[in-house]
Amino acid sequence: MIKIEGLSKTFKVARRSSGLGEAVRSFFSPKYSEVNALRDVSFSIDEGEIVGYIGPNGAGKSTTIKVMSGILVPDSGDCNIMGYVPWRDRVQYVKNIGVVFGQRSQLWWDVPIVDSFELLRDIYRVPEDNYRKNLNMLTETLNLSEIINTPARQLSLGQRMRCELAASLIHDPKILFLDEPTIGLDAISKIAVRNFIKTINKENNVTVILTTHDMNDIETLANRIIMIGKGQILYDGNLNKLRDKFVTHKTVTIDYNENASPIELNGAALLSWSKDRATYAVDIKQRGVSDVISELSAKLEIIDVAVDSEPIEEIIIKLYKEHQV
Amino acid sequence: MKPYIAVFKLRVINGLQYRIAALAGVATQFVWGFMYIMIFEAFYRGFSGTQAISLEQLATYIWLQQAFLYFLYLWLKETEISESITSGSIAYELCRPCGIYGFWFAKLIAHRLSGTLLRCAPILVIAFFLPIPYRLSLPPDPLTFLLFVVTLLLGLIVVISLSMLAYISIFVTMSPIGSFLVFSVVGEFFSGFVLPIPLMPIWLQNIVYLLPFRLSVDLPFRVYSGNIPTNDAIIGILTQIIWIIVLIAVGKFLLTKMLKRVVVQGG
Repeated sequence: MIKIEGLSKTFKVARRSSGLGEAVRSFFSPKYSEVNALRDVSFSIDEGEIVGYIGPNGAGKSTTIKVMSGILVPDSGDCNIMGYVPWRDRVQYVKNIGVVFGQRSQLWWDVPIVDSFELLRDIYRVPEDNYRKNLNMLTETLNLSEIINTPARQLSLGQRMRCELAASLIHDPKILFLDEPTIGLDAISKIAVRNFIKTINKENNVTVILTTHDMNDIETLANRIIMIGKGQILYDGNLNKLRDKFVTHKTVTIDYNENASPIELNGAALLSWSKDRATYAVDIKQRGVSDVISELSAKLEIIDVAVDSEPIEEIIIKLYKEHQV
Repeated sequence: MKPYIAVFKLRVINGLQYRIAALAGVATQFVWGFMYIMIFEAFYRGFSGTQAISLEQLATYIWLQQAFLYFLYLWLKETEISESITSGSIAYELCRPCGIYGFWFAKLIAHRLSGTLLRCAPILVIAFFLPIPYRLSLPPDPLTFLLFVVTLLLGLIVVISLSMLAYISIFVTMSPIGSFLVFSVVGEFFSGFVLPIPLMPIWLQNIVYLLPFRLSVDLPFRVYSGNIPTNDAIIGILTQIIWIIVLIAVGKFLLTKMLKRVVVQGG
């Protein structure tokens, strides 16, 4: 469905140091430097996938989204989405996609939300029946009925983001690009947005590509992640595989009835010990967690057990470090 | 065409919301109108001999100018468009299956139309009942009025196709203020907003008639007052149409060029 090969894009950025002298100097001879926003980016995405596109700030995520949605023209490389080249066949192509830029708004600021929706209906030439159907579905799943007649300027960020999502789906797009859809939202709104993305993907088979800095978004939504750093793809694949690769230890914490001396185990380092609680770091390559627990339960009267694996954030940080981005 | 009509409609609805701004605008326009007419009255008194435009025609010209200020004023800026370029929200407009030129054109027509609808009626009505020489007079005959309506509407298109060039230039300058300042100082003078063109020296008039700016303000208002005869008015209409074709062609060409190298500002 989406096939991208060797995409590159450089931006010219004006630079100068601080101070009046520098400002005057750059007035006469401005200095520019080139920033390689994308360097030879290639990947392909199948229909119905949800792909999390992650990377640190300035890695090139948004640039990729903008190229894929036909806004930016890359310097070199091929991009074929549903048979279109986005920037060349822009007007034909964009009928098939929905886009949400989390930091911008596509809703008209001073008029009720429903007016913006109707404008989109006319722009995309959505037949009235489809529009009604979609609007009902979106109003229901995103819980918009109370806010749809309010001007955008009077909505909270979370309410507005729900409307933005709805606005991007009025014309039944096949592909949905979400550039940081959960930015600045509270926990409840984030969950609502995530659930909605899941639903739309499952029920309408919409392919979703989302960028985010929130690893919970990725964990709940995407089975596949593409990680980009300094304009290059660093990792492309399954989230669990990434975890397998980087998660080497699990932490086991046990509470037990008082025991005098610490118990040493093979393949599990004792991190801390007290009269009624011990913490072990289990090397999962050497032995299983259940094995450790059963050995301990033979020796102790266990009250409670907790197993923690490394949070995904830590893994991503490790990955960033490994690639020095 | 439907998308463009839709954006036009919504922009009109949006524009009609700003009632207090319109009220303030009407008050300002009255003050300016009176001020201009008084200044010209003083000039006319101190000057013996006949002017190229009579004081009554001039009063009519000025009231129309004040009533249709929002329609034809070059410096009137649609901030949404300029902001969409400098802030980068143009990204959304580029994701729509429409041409940006037509999209903006529809928005600009609607912006000016909604503003004018709110402002022109009170000015026109009151100016009709003022004492001479301040009165806004009726056009000499129905044909003149018809020609006025045609030139006024075409004048709007001329203004918008001109201002499209200013919006397009923002892609380069990144400063709507700069772009519009240059554009409006030049345009306003040459369109006859500051000084009616018949009162300009002949050598300057020759220059003004070569430029498209006068087709927006000078032409329709002088057609209304009968200062421009029917034949010249028809030539004026043809000139308007030719300029519109040229300006739109240039604008579309430049915009396509700009969009190829567009940078979406602000991440």
